[in-house]
Amino acid sequence: MNPNTAKETYLDAMGAAEKGLAGAPSWLRELRRSGAARFAEAGFPTTRDEAWKYTDVTPIVQAGFQSVAKGANGVDPARLDGFWFENLPSHRLVFVNGHYSEKLSTPGAWPEGVTVMSLAEALRDQAHRIEPYLGRCVPEKAHGFAALNTALFADGAFIHLGRGARLTWPIHLLYVTTGAGEPLLSQPRNLVVAEEDSQAVLIENYVAIGESVYFTNALTEVVVGPHALIEHYRLQEEGAQAFHIGGLHAHLDRDGRFTAHGIDLGGRLVRNDLRSVLDAEGAECQMNGLYVLGGRQHVDNHTHIDHAKPRGTSREFYKGVLDGRSRAVFHGRVIVRPDAQHTDAQQVNNNLLLSRDAEADTKPQLEIYADDVKCAHGATVGQLDPDALFYLRSRAVDETAARDLLTYAFARDVLSRLRLEPVRSQLERHLAAKLRVAALPQTQEVF
Amino acid sequence: MLSIKNLHVSVDGKPILKGVNLEVKAGEVHAIMGPNGSGKSTLANVLAGHEHYEVTAGEVIYQGRDLLQLPPEERARQGMFLAFQYPVEIPGVSNIYLLKSALNAIRESQNLPELDAMDFLALVKDRMKLVEMPEELLYRSVNEGFSGGEKKRNEILQMAVLEPKLAILDETDSGLDIDALQVVARGVNVLRGPERAIILVTHYQRLLNYIEPDWVHVLVDGRIAKSGDKTLAYELEKHGYGWIAQESTPATV
Ligand SMILES: Nc1ncnc2c1ncn2[C@@H]1O[C@H](COP(=O)(O)OP(=O)(O)O)[C@@H](O)[C@H]1O
Ligand SMILES: [Mg+2]
Repeated sequence: MNPNTAKETYLDAMGAAEKGLAGAPSWLRELRRSGAARFAEAGFPTTRDEAWKYTDVTPIVQAGFQSVAKGANGVDPARLDGFWFENLPSHRLVFVNGHYSEKLSTPGAWPEGVTVMSLAEALRDQAHRIEPYLGRCVPEKAHGFAALNTALFADGAFIHLGRGARLTWPIHLLYVTTGAGEPLLSQPRNLVVAEEDSQAVLIENYVAIGESVYFTNALTEVVVGPHALIEHYRLQEEGAQAFHIGGLHAHLDRDGRFTAHGIDLGGRLVRNDLRSVLDAEGAECQMNGLYVLGGRQHVDNHTHIDHAKPRGTSREFYKGVLDGRSRAVFHGRVIVRPDAQHTDAQQVNNNLLLSRDAEADTKPQLEIYADDVKCAHGATVGQLDPDALFYLRSRAVDETAARDLLTYAFARDVLSRLRLEPVRSQLERHLAAKLRVAALPQTQEVF
Repeated sequence: MLSIKNLHVSVDGKPILKGVNLEVKAGEVHAIMGPNGSGKSTLANVLAGHEHYEVTAGEVIYQGRDLLQLPPEERARQGMFLAFQYPVEIPGVSNIYLLKSALNAIRESQNLPELDAMDFLALVKDRMKLVEMPEELLYRSVNEGFSGGEKKRNEILQMAVLEPKLAILDETDSGLDIDALQVVARGVNVLRGPERAIILVTHYQRLLNYIEPDWVHVLVDGRIAKSGDKTLAYELEKHGYGWIAQESTPATV
């Protein structure tokens, strides 16, 4: 499908969707319309756009991905067993091909002041609770994929934490795509609202059952109230032929804390846009990221931290391991606005190239308009340290094992920052499997 | 045990070792001394198998085998150990994991079963007493954030756990205070035995007060310019290296 036809097809779908909105509240119709208008204006990004210079989405455009009306039925719950974390009780919500599956979900009981439900259902029954927030965290000039999501998303999670509400268990949102004949598009849209002093841990987990070509175009908005604390995990383990575009947009109020862990192990072409606006004094944002790539995988992380008010702290720590002909892009933009005195911002991106044909492009972009601030950044692209390799070999460790060990240690550095131990240890196993590091069970205790 | 004949080594095309000859028998302790830049570390690294060094002539026979054909890990499995002059830091790999991997790799090559966790820990703790190292360092990343002295003790700990047949210590004594020096000496003296050989690369005679060498060699400009017994070390201490460079004629090539 050529780009114009693809764009027309989506615009037609938006037109058709609008007819179905006759009974919807006017603000929602307006939001959908604004998404469609922005999409009509921006279209799909091309490599001529500075922010997409290294990431060519032509294959996504050409495939002509279409969403399905309803999630596939007949997914055997047992097929999901492997996706849940061992020893981690959680509130489990399952989305199949972009739609909430009541049958597969086991949300459990919610404490006082907490509402968690399908966004589609919330928009039907409790739209007034969504209205003040939905779409507010996404910048007006968002790229075409974000606009596409706004115009056409079908479902996702709505999470509302009332004032002072605290969840003991994490909320595990599992997005499953099942092999289908058609090139399938799913567009989850999540809205998280954490009122003053509330706390929760969220896990967004993107996986596939069966091998197929599909496209996930996800967008999550997180509103972090005063003194609220949200820890967000985005674990992307899509199928090998999958395309994944993800947006995570957070807005932080006074002393709000937001941590975003983003782990990319799967997917063929992946682009993540993370944006965090520290919009009141004393807000704190952490972003930890790890991408481990092989073959022809391509992962692009664009992060954007906006220090708008004084005494904000941000910590970005991204690492990547690239093998085969894989490619990674990291772009870390940090803005410190004139008002944001005493900002403390740090950014690190380290890339390890395991093959001659792998490539990493990393670019910090600091724009500092306040004078009394601490800002530091460091970006590296390198190979395994030959001296460390020789040291290990001189201690009888064979060359392959030495390489694997150093690579594993490099990547594990990010996982060690994940606070939930069951998530950490499962990802360590996935990481080891991907890096072919053997004999891991014992490393657990001794590393 | 080790026989080095006419060894020539270059680094980045520059000749560093220019015909080294050395015979080391089981049970012996050899000290190699010499001024800075004379090629002592080059010799140690070539023996351990560092790829950066190019052997342009000569041969090295270790326990009847052509050493230069073996990759570094195989040399280690055959009982060779180099305590590095500058031990590297390896973030993310704990000291104890390295010890365990190393010991088990060596045991595997000897067709011995892996040590179980209990026996392994008991062995390591026993050897830690010898080097007076706090246990906490076991669980830290290899050499990361270690002081100079801790790094050297750590090398000796590894040596004590792995019990090599041929240990080469490259200036392990440099920069150490008397206490640490005694730790190194103890590590070496415990290892010393009729089955093993030790090569001490050192700058100072000081270490030799604690470890009595059977032979002392002086390396000057890539050649062994003089060999003798331990009294040679005292002469070097008194008179420096200058007189040797003058009196010695270059070894025949
Ligand atoms: N890795 C290296 N790269 C380049 N030159 C080296 C390297 N290692 C040693 N050299 C050079 O080789 C010579 C001998 O060095 P070295 O063996 O370290 O001497 P010593 O240990 O006796 O002080 C010196 O001139 C040094 O600069
Ligand atoms: Mg040296």
